[in-house]
Amino acid sequence: MVKIKYIEHNSKEHEVDVANGLSVMEGAVQNDIPGIDADCGGGMACATCHVYVKEDWFNKLPEKSEGEDDMLDQAYKPNSSSRLSCQITVSDKLDGLVVHLPEKQV
Amino acid sequence: MIDTDVLIVGAGPTGLFCAHQLGIIGLKCEIVDNLDKIGGQCIELYPDKPIYDIPAIPECTGEELTNNLIEQIKPFNFNFHLSDRVQEMKNENEKWIVKTLKGKEFLTPNIVIAGGVGSFEPRKFPTKNCEKFEGKSILYSIKDKSIFKNKKVVIFGGGDSALDWAIELSNNSKISLVHRRDEFRGAPASVERLKELQNEKKLDVFTGYSIKDVIGNSSLESVEIKNEEGQSKKINADYVLGFFGLIMQLGPILDWGLNVDKKTIPVNTENFETNKKGIFAIGDICYYPGKLKLILSGFHEGALAARGCFKYARPDEKYRFEFTTSSKNVKDRLGVKE
Repeated sequence: MVKIKYIEHNSKEHEVDVANGLSVMEGAVQNDIPGIDADCGGGMACATCHVYVKEDWFNKLPEKSEGEDDMLDQAYKPNSSSRLSCQITVSDKLDGLVVHLPEKQV
Repeated sequence: MIDTDVLIVGAGPTGLFCAHQLGIIGLKCEIVDNLDKIGGQCIELYPDKPIYDIPAIPECTGEELTNNLIEQIKPFNFNFHLSDRVQEMKNENEKWIVKTLKGKEFLTPNIVIAGGVGSFEPRKFPTKNCEKFEGKSILYSIKDKSIFKNKKVVIFGGGDSALDWAIELSNNSKISLVHRRDEFRGAPASVERLKELQNEKKLDVFTGYSIKDVIGNSSLESVEIKNEEGQSKKINADYVLGFFGLIMQLGPILDWGLNVDKKTIPVNTENFETNKKGIFAIGDICYYPGKLKLILSGFHEGALAARGCFKYARPDEKYRFEFTTSSKNVKDRLGVKE
């Protein structure tokens, strides 16, 4: 179990406990955090669990898998700090992770 | 007005198998889908990706699954209404009247919503100013390519649609291609061709840029793009094309007075009826405790919803359970000779 902070576009913060092995997307969905749609349910087939991760944490995340950047091309306002939260698996290393949610997903 | 027993909204695997079950129990149905082809997410999102959890099929692709389901309902000759979307519905004398975007009307006692996560629509530019040009000089699909002849066209995107159109239109138009990163996800041959054209100065490519704004009063004049360092550039444009893939939106169904919770429709697990009599929801769009977003769950839900439709479509008849292996009725409906 680690602490993850989700910060909405309007700066509202949600800090929740997420179990190891879940994805950062699942952590948001299970805790009713607004701003993550996850339409495809974690199949990397949509781009509606898009988050921004600032540099200090970005480099500590598991590497992007093949196809993640392709999907991110289709996200709302992606940039170089963009990730799909369904592709980030929670582990002890990510205790204290902060992710920023975009203004909207679709 | 098309009179039918059941209107199915959505031609993905769940809607298709529900149609099969309706055919088996002797009901008629009509199927509407926003896409121009049958198969829903299977055909739009992962036609070539293998699926490993369809019971009794160790491995098949989205396209194979779709083709098999189409084959399975062939005996019933149900009508598909593709590239159309259900728009309005109203209740009249215990039946539903449903109108589509293209103006078709259905009269039916039952509606089965098998709409997945919504209908597929192109993702638009995030820039507010684009709205006034959309459909005129800012486009997300191409119907008539002759309008671009001798024009300045700026194309956004890095996939096959963006690359293919950039390459094709570069013959007769001044093309600029803008993509947010250096890598393109289009087919390797297209990426190669793009580089050749760029070297021959037949088109311009701007990578690391995204849209900042569009400029023009009554007609579009130029588009401003920016990179992450904050530098911006202005490109003169008669047309701007955006190819950012498709997003799924629930659309007008949201206005039907159904209970909706987090983009899903709560149903009972006896026959998958919603809070409205004669309106059922199955597949990814429905929710009940324990719901799994698996294709196999959609099949089960469709089978039960079909039985739920029977009592409204044939109020004077009693539904009788029959096996396909032994029932003569069912074999007749399937057109099987004994």
